[in-house]
Amino acid sequence: MTDFSDQILIDNPRKGRISRYKPAVLVLIPLGAILFQVYVPLFFQSLSYLEMPLLVTVYFALMRRQPIAGTLIGAAIGLMQDSLSHQPLGMVGIVKTLVGYFAASVSLRFDVENGAIRLILGFFFFFFHQFFYWVLARSLLGQDLHFDLQQTFLFGLLNAIVALPLFHILDKLKERT
Amino acid sequence: MDLFLNRYRNLSVLLVVIVAQLLLLAYQIKSNQDVRLIRVWAVTAVTPLARVLEGLRSNSIGFVTDYIVVLNVREENKRLRVDLDKMKMENQFLKTELSTADRASALSAFQKRTQSRTIAARIIGAGTSATSRVVFVDRGTTSGVQRGMAVVTPDGIVGKVQSVYPTSSQVLLITDSSFAAGVISQKHRVHGTLKGQGLGQTTGVVDYVQNEEVVEPGEWFYTSGDDLIFPKGMPVGIARVVRPGKVFKEIYLDPSGFQNGPEEVLIVLEGVHQIVPDGQPNPQGGIKLLTPPPTEQAPVLVQPEDPERAMKTDADRLRDRYKRIEETQGIQFGDAGRIPNFNAGPPPRKVEPAPRGVAPDPPAPATQQPAQARPQAQPQVPRGPAVRPSPETPIRPPAQKREAAPADPPVNQQ
Repeated sequence: MTDFSDQILIDNPRKGRISRYKPAVLVLIPLGAILFQVYVPLFFQSLSYLEMPLLVTVYFALMRRQPIAGTLIGAAIGLMQDSLSHQPLGMVGIVKTLVGYFAASVSLRFDVENGAIRLILGFFFFFFHQFFYWVLARSLLGQDLHFDLQQTFLFGLLNAIVALPLFHILDKLKERT
Repeated sequence: MDLFLNRYRNLSVLLVVIVAQLLLLAYQIKSNQDVRLIRVWAVTAVTPLARVLEGLRSNSIGFVTDYIVVLNVREENKRLRVDLDKMKMENQFLKTELSTADRASALSAFQKRTQSRTIAARIIGAGTSATSRVVFVDRGTTSGVQRGMAVVTPDGIVGKVQSVYPTSSQVLLITDSSFAAGVISQKHRVHGTLKGQGLGQTTGVVDYVQNEEVVEPGEWFYTSGDDLIFPKGMPVGIARVVRPGKVFKEIYLDPSGFQNGPEEVLIVLEGVHQIVPDGQPNPQGGIKLLTPPPTEQAPVLVQPEDPERAMKTDADRLRDRYKRIEETQGIQFGDAGRIPNFNAGPPPRKVEPAPRGVAPDPPAPATQQPAQARPQAQPQVPRGPAVRPSPETPIRPPAQKREAAPADPPVNQQ
């Protein structure tokens, strides 16, 4: 393997370091992300494209490196987000559950502290989140939503760009072992 | 189970969480018909299974029912086949009974109509000889039957009793080669001898009819009574082929008594001669026919000659012509001297006018046709599948047989 591949891939998942956070961090950060999602677009319409709960979910799932933990984190954040929306409970919860699961699964193979990986994963999971939500809304709720592929790509890219400093800030909240 | 959960723990947890949220969604969401989604899912999930189960149940029951029905149909089919066979046999029996009743009725009617004393008999068997055409009837000496009695049906003669036993008799059929009977034609009253042809032939031959005598195809023949066996006036058959032969005419006729395959016959105990009828015995199969239209009298164009002259031959007329030439020219045949002029022709004979409405004598009596016999002169279509000689393919009996015909049993033997 090349030096680059050694930097982004992990031969043994057990080698990956599991980040640990204080329970207050695990509660307040997602809550803050949801509050940001709820209130900031009211004052700054241009920031409505930011999907802060998704970025937080991806981050904690990546850093915990445990699919179960990622699943539960995603489900919790998603249900909380659903509870504050007019959508039925579970729509965003299901999507974020899958995001948390797959993000945690991916973190077992990749060096999620690498900036490029974080950028790519941020873009990918934003796209996955929006697409799967569109699928569920159409199939379960029968809503005729329009999926704008170009806009989704653009917002995914912006969220990925925002994810890099966000993840870097959140890294500061890790417990030191 | 524990191993499975440990190995797929992550995936199991994911599925549990997803399913739980789906149930939560289903509980909240209502469809367009205001029905909760969980109810829709439950019904949608259960209905196909119920449909499959119902399909299996109905098909199973239907299969069993159909099988039972098929079994019943098979049994019913067997029963119906048996019933059909019974009905066929019963139908055949009834047809036979009806046919027997018809024949018995016909025999009874003929018995009442004919003046001869007859007794009904049933044909019970055929002869064992391959060369003879004989049958056995169930009447014998105990019924008054004697050897030589005629055996007839209403359609015609069948044969004559050849041997008599106490309860049965042997009848020699008219198709046997040794059979002979005197016959007479209906129209021209030509006498002849009916002889059978033997093996495989269903036609008879009327022999000893001169070539000069006139017999037409389709003409009926009746018994003449000359044989002293068959009463005169009983139908024999129809002449199918008539042609001149070496010595005698060759006349083949279809026996009318064999047309329906006789099963019941009449034995003539005491025969009474009757006249030969002018009409056909059973013309056109019992269809009532009108009498022939009256012949219109042709206008008299030529005065008839005297009756004596009408009976003369050509030689007589030639002699009469010469005699008139002799009288006219005043010469005497056989004397030397003047030669008679035959080209001058004789003077016309003076005849007396005949009363109006009297038909003249025809020039040739042989071509004269009685008015009553005209309908019978029409050729009749032969009935039945019997092999009959035709003008194109005549069945010509052997010459030696015809020469040996007089050696056959005489017609009038008893």
